[in-house]
Amino acid sequence: MYEEKLSGKIKSFLTFGFIPLTVFTLVMAVPFFVGLYMTFTDSSGGTITTDFIGLSNYAAAFQDPLFWDSMLLTLQYVLFSLILTNVIAFVLALLVTSGMKGQNFFRLGFFTPNLIGGIILGFVWQFVFSRVFVYFGQQLDMGLLSSSWLGDPHKALWALIIVGVWQNSGYMMLIYIAGIQGIDKSLLEAASLDGASSWGQLFRIKIPLMVSAFTISLFLTLQRSFMVYDTNLSLTNGGPYRSTEMIAMHVYNEAFKFQNFGPGQAKAIVLFLIVAAIAMVQVGVMKRLEVES
Amino acid sequence: MSLLKSARKTIAFLLVAALFVLYIFPFFLILTNSFKTRLKVVSSPLSLPTEFKLDNYVSAIRKMDFLHALGNSLMVTVVSVVVIIVMASMLAYYLVRWKSKFSSGVLMALVASMIVPFQSLMIPFVTIYGQLGLLNSKWMLCFYYLGFGIPLATFMYHGFIKGIPKDLEQAAFVDGASRIQVFTRVIFPILAPITTTIAILDVLWIWNDFLLPSLVLLSDSNRTLPLSTFYFFGKYTSNYSEAMAALVLSIIPIILFYLAMQRHIIKGVMDGAVK
Repeated sequence: MYEEKLSGKIKSFLTFGFIPLTVFTLVMAVPFFVGLYMTFTDSSGGTITTDFIGLSNYAAAFQDPLFWDSMLLTLQYVLFSLILTNVIAFVLALLVTSGMKGQNFFRLGFFTPNLIGGIILGFVWQFVFSRVFVYFGQQLDMGLLSSSWLGDPHKALWALIIVGVWQNSGYMMLIYIAGIQGIDKSLLEAASLDGASSWGQLFRIKIPLMVSAFTISLFLTLQRSFMVYDTNLSLTNGGPYRSTEMIAMHVYNEAFKFQNFGPGQAKAIVLFLIVAAIAMVQVGVMKRLEVES
Repeated sequence: MSLLKSARKTIAFLLVAALFVLYIFPFFLILTNSFKTRLKVVSSPLSLPTEFKLDNYVSAIRKMDFLHALGNSLMVTVVSVVVIIVMASMLAYYLVRWKSKFSSGVLMALVASMIVPFQSLMIPFVTIYGQLGLLNSKWMLCFYYLGFGIPLATFMYHGFIKGIPKDLEQAAFVDGASRIQVFTRVIFPILAPITTTIAILDVLWIWNDFLLPSLVLLSDSNRTLPLSTFYFFGKYTSNYSEAMAALVLSIIPIILFYLAMQRHIIKGVMDGAVK
């Protein structure tokens, strides 16, 4: 029935594939290739022209010191978020799979920030950092909290990291829970009969058997924190003085705030290349893991 | 030994309970402050409200045009998710059952497109559709969500449909059913578990999405909930008590959805992440 004549094949395609593929092409493929084309032309001001200017948009992008500042800042953010999110998520997962009372309730609670949009989460924390912490610091005369973290470039970065970790760790916890639940129970029972301590079981059995959960969670955190935008916008809006402008916001501002469409799109393509490279590494790592297991 | 064990259990429980309080505390703060007066929020943000007046809510609902924004969000989310499910399941069915060089090329293109971050598309996207005059419409927004949502949904359906034996469809074909009847009566009902997963992932994505609607929906009357919260908070940032009420209001719908669907959501997110 599927080995039809050409006319039957065309009819099947028109029935099932034509509309979704057309929409996909119009919404994703066309902007992607037009965007690539834009970077080689003088397409400033939001119009697409045919004046080829070679690589000068890329040159302008790479010569922009703010681009490098933002990239460096994003890398710092990614590094700390990656470590903290995964350590906390893993510990949470261990705790809420230990068979304690109310563990399902706790899981639901830790996951809650994930359900809510980053814009709203950022505003919630803006209030916490600029009002509650400051109030706390002044009442208790604690220097660290007595002025708003959001007014200081270095502390504002940490505010963003805290919010990012809080937002993502519940999600990564679920991935680690899935990993823990996938471990063969008889292995752990045998180990404890042999007198292995719970630390021994953790490092010799659980962690080695959860390599794929770690891989998935690490790459997900990497991608999410590298592309962070919503909480950046609502918590600090890149301030004070563009000092917390992560790379996604930098590209947005370059194009829509400062109208530098050409260099802005060149930066967007650089961003794509970085994300694509990360994804390639991920696929490679996952493939190797599958072969080993 | 058992004493040590139970002590350890107690410590673990207390640790989890403390962390839980820490995670939930920001929400608790905005909830308590949403009932206070503006001065009280500034002078003592940690105190509990002395009375539960709804004044802040009444004025926040009016100023952020809450009901309108809620309606817009509901419409955009429901229409987009339904269309994504219908279109992606059909495309995936086609790609699995009518194998050719073309169909495997399409699948490759869809998987590759999942890597592309939205930021790499948004500048040409706004340029093209802005010049064509196809921005500032909720219906166009649904159309764009369909385009951006097709790759992941098709990929997930594709993996599921591959595992369905052809026998059922053969029987229906022999009985004289058309292609579309076979799909709607035989295949689509079998897809229910994966459809739930995709629906949940897409609802959470579209309901909370900010960047795409902020670029597409330009007029006030089209704003979705994240947009109206954003503009409200920016405008009334000095009036913290109303801003807190606005935040609580914008969180309530998704929490209700969570309470109603918690098991499906947790399972859906777990399945989606491991893919």
